[in-house]
Amino acid sequence: MKPIQSSNDFVIKFANVNGSGSASANELFARAIMRMGVPIAPRNIFPSNIQGMPTWYEMRVSAAGWLGRRGGCDLMVAMNPQTWDRDIAEIEPGGYLFYDSTKSQPRSRFREDITVLGIPLTEICNREYTDPRQRQLFKNIMYVGALTALLDMDFAVVEKLIADQYRGKDKLIGANVNALKLGYDHARANLSCPIGLRVERSHGVGDQIFINGNDACGLGAVYGGATVTGWYPITPSTSIIEAFGSYCRKYRTDPDNGMARYAIVQAEDELASIGMVIGAAWNGARAFTATSGPGISLMQEFFGLAYFAEVPVVVFNVQRGGPSTGMPTRTQQSDLIACAYASHGDTKHVLLFPEDPYECFTLGAQAFDLADRLQTPVFVLLDLDIGMNDRLCQPFAWDDQRRYDRGKVMSAEQLEAGKNFGRYLDVDGDGIPWRTIPGTHPTKGAFFSRGTTRNAYAKYSEAGTDYVYNMERLRHKFETAKTLVPAPVLKPASQPTRYGAIYYGSTSPAMAEASALLEAQDVHVDTLRVRGFPFADEVIDFVNDHDFVFIVEQNESGQLRMLLINEGEVDPKRLIRVLHYDGTPITARFISGRIADTLSTHKVTPIRKQVAS
Amino acid sequence: MTYLAKPKLLRTDAPKNTLGYTRRDYEGAISTLCAGCGHDSISAAIVQACFDLDIEPHRVAKLSGIGCSSKTPDYFLGASHGFNTTHGRMPSVLTGAALANRDLTYMGISGDGDSASIGIGQFAHAMRRGVNMTYIVENNGVYGLTKGQFSATADKGSKNKRGVVNSDTPIDLVALALQLGASYVARSFSGDKEQLIPLIKGALRHRGPAFIDVISPCVTFNNHPGSTKSYDYVREHNDAVNRLDFILPRDQINATYPAGSLRRIVQHDGSILHLRKLATDYDPSDRVGAMNHLQERHALGEIVTGLLYVDSSAEDLHRHLNTVEKPLNQLGDAYLCPGSKALDALNASLR
Repeated sequence: MKPIQSSNDFVIKFANVNGSGSASANELFARAIMRMGVPIAPRNIFPSNIQGMPTWYEMRVSAAGWLGRRGGCDLMVAMNPQTWDRDIAEIEPGGYLFYDSTKSQPRSRFREDITVLGIPLTEICNREYTDPRQRQLFKNIMYVGALTALLDMDFAVVEKLIADQYRGKDKLIGANVNALKLGYDHARANLSCPIGLRVERSHGVGDQIFINGNDACGLGAVYGGATVTGWYPITPSTSIIEAFGSYCRKYRTDPDNGMARYAIVQAEDELASIGMVIGAAWNGARAFTATSGPGISLMQEFFGLAYFAEVPVVVFNVQRGGPSTGMPTRTQQSDLIACAYASHGDTKHVLLFPEDPYECFTLGAQAFDLADRLQTPVFVLLDLDIGMNDRLCQPFAWDDQRRYDRGKVMSAEQLEAGKNFGRYLDVDGDGIPWRTIPGTHPTKGAFFSRGTTRNAYAKYSEAGTDYVYNMERLRHKFETAKTLVPAPVLKPASQPTRYGAIYYGSTSPAMAEASALLEAQDVHVDTLRVRGFPFADEVIDFVNDHDFVFIVEQNESGQLRMLLINEGEVDPKRLIRVLHYDGTPITARFISGRIADTLSTHKVTPIRKQVAS
Repeated sequence: MTYLAKPKLLRTDAPKNTLGYTRRDYEGAISTLCAGCGHDSISAAIVQACFDLDIEPHRVAKLSGIGCSSKTPDYFLGASHGFNTTHGRMPSVLTGAALANRDLTYMGISGDGDSASIGIGQFAHAMRRGVNMTYIVENNGVYGLTKGQFSATADKGSKNKRGVVNSDTPIDLVALALQLGASYVARSFSGDKEQLIPLIKGALRHRGPAFIDVISPCVTFNNHPGSTKSYDYVREHNDAVNRLDFILPRDQINATYPAGSLRRIVQHDGSILHLRKLATDYDPSDRVGAMNHLQERHALGEIVTGLLYVDSSAEDLHRHLNTVEKPLNQLGDAYLCPGSKALDALNASLR
């Protein structure tokens, strides 16, 4: 078997033990490749555990800039004896295995069709260091050094990264560079460097930034003007609040007195966290929470209150595998239905689907404007794949001329001037009523918010006519919402086609690559990325304009498909499921394979052709 | 419940407070509760307390959960914003509201089902967080709206209207509030406005979580022999530790109280609580002593009322969070949005 030869286009996977300090070494390696101008897409595959369980760091190196998961593994860095067998099995034929050769292994534990690269890392570490903690940490840096040599990378780049990372802690710089060099030199002296996989300087990264979606959401909340958050820790959403906190300390600390222009309260549970958010939003502050599936389940009753009392709140839902506790550290898009119609009775909610950290920031900030404008909960639905993995994306931008849209808030002056105020009265014909913030005016504009039926002036009412007026106004408000949510993004195929594909969120990079793969096979599919719910008219038009539409999503039941059928009243037979839900991120190979298979094996006959014949 | 609308015309000589408001300005919609309901007396006491304290009605936010008690905020302070939230979850909504605007006065109205049963978790955590609020539980030991089930504060051995005896141990919210860190803890009786009104005033001027458990007999479902929350039972077993007089800084201090039985407590805002001691050994600044006294009297079948504990130097949640003095809901774009320059610098650090 000929070893794989590839420059700037391969997958390297690190098999580690969690809690061993490998994450920072792996990230260092990833950043080094990026500094050489080569796009990368790393993903952590980690257990719901603190220490001792297997964890993987899978990194795709792609000169073309494909950021979706590719699948397969060209170079395995096998540092975890627990998972050795399956790690070895995962290597592509002709691939490479890098391992710690301190302890000799029988031949039977390797494969004939791969190149084996062993370095006695433990032995070197034991010789060089006496402190057990150092032995562990520097072993990680040492394999980064060895890989630098094996992949023909620029040593100076890695060295400079270490210097940047530990700036101000010079002792650490020297020690880390030393370990890096030990690994590098040993590889150069004992292995044939470089191997068939290479990293060459390129210009593929450009001005892109490297950040994860959760940090971007936290930043979006700061730029979106959020001041209050009530939250409860849950994987994989916790770091949104941590990021919000650290950006607030940086940007929202009063320079005069060090006081906080924000309030972050860790609640006793998800019910209390959404309760606090609703209370703050009712009282005129921009407020949000971040959670995941189980938290969404717990918050249901409050979502109904916020919907019915019309309180603008923002909820970031970083989706993970469900149902129940499900797969807490794996990714899915399986909360669409739970969010779209959250709570009992007839409800509907606004959903936003960011595709990457850039949109986590922009849609995250926009969510606050939408919530205020529509006076209703807005859900930003991302998932673990974009939430917790660093991703290359376009740099964040902000227009300093932009002002927050606080929606229809009646001021003391307007009340004083005698403007007719009915909290649930549709005066503008868009279904959106006016509200007042508590404390606005001594005698005018006060109202009593409640989850019970009321008339247009917020007075308790059990009259059917009042109820129907309100429900019809709410329905009308969601018609208005259709025009305000972010528009879908259309990418036409290179040739006219009767086939379309609809996708959203973290599926985006895999779908883009799948389109390219399909085009290469002369299969043409128009694609539409949905960015919001309720669906803009263009989404339903897209379905109606194609004979068959593939609905690509990462859940078992086809939840976006259900929403399209329900909201767009489209023929279910024309919506073909492409579902990936094993907890790993969807791949381009999977999508293009499914679409190509369906088109060839099922011999789909377009309806129009049937009619014509 | 009354079917007669209140007359719109007021006597020209109706008394006004220093803001020029009459008592009527502090009233709300007409109550829909049963005639004789203790809750209506509590609403009246709230009206009186706010009138006496010259609180601007629109600077109060009144929040509640679900139940008979939680309906009452509609029946007082009609010029205040109110929020009737979900069952047992008022404390979290109030906490959020208080975070958004530290300048308003927050009043949480709840019941024994709302706070001791479904909402005991939120009750507990709001107390321990130090939310600046007046939290009143209108405690009748019974679920009225669903027609007479026991609540978690119903005494063991008490009988409901159908003769069923409660076998569960009751929750004493006062004992819980003391343990959890409420810095103003009192109990009173809806039928005793002389005691209740000053207690509410003291609570409204207290900084930090002020909790008042008000025994409020349910005339329809829990005012019969066998109930320990009936008017007769409470009147017979009331053990008041003190009588409170509330004095605003501007008020003349009336020095006619007998020396030696008075205790003077100055709150943050300069308001003064004068406690006329009834129980000679009672010290309202001793939290552990308060808990002991409560338990001792409870064992004797007595209901302790009065101001049981006050910490006049307590700090509230905003102090803990070090939030800016200006209410968060009034910070403009320039104070909230870091702008494009900061973003450019951040982008540079992410490459």
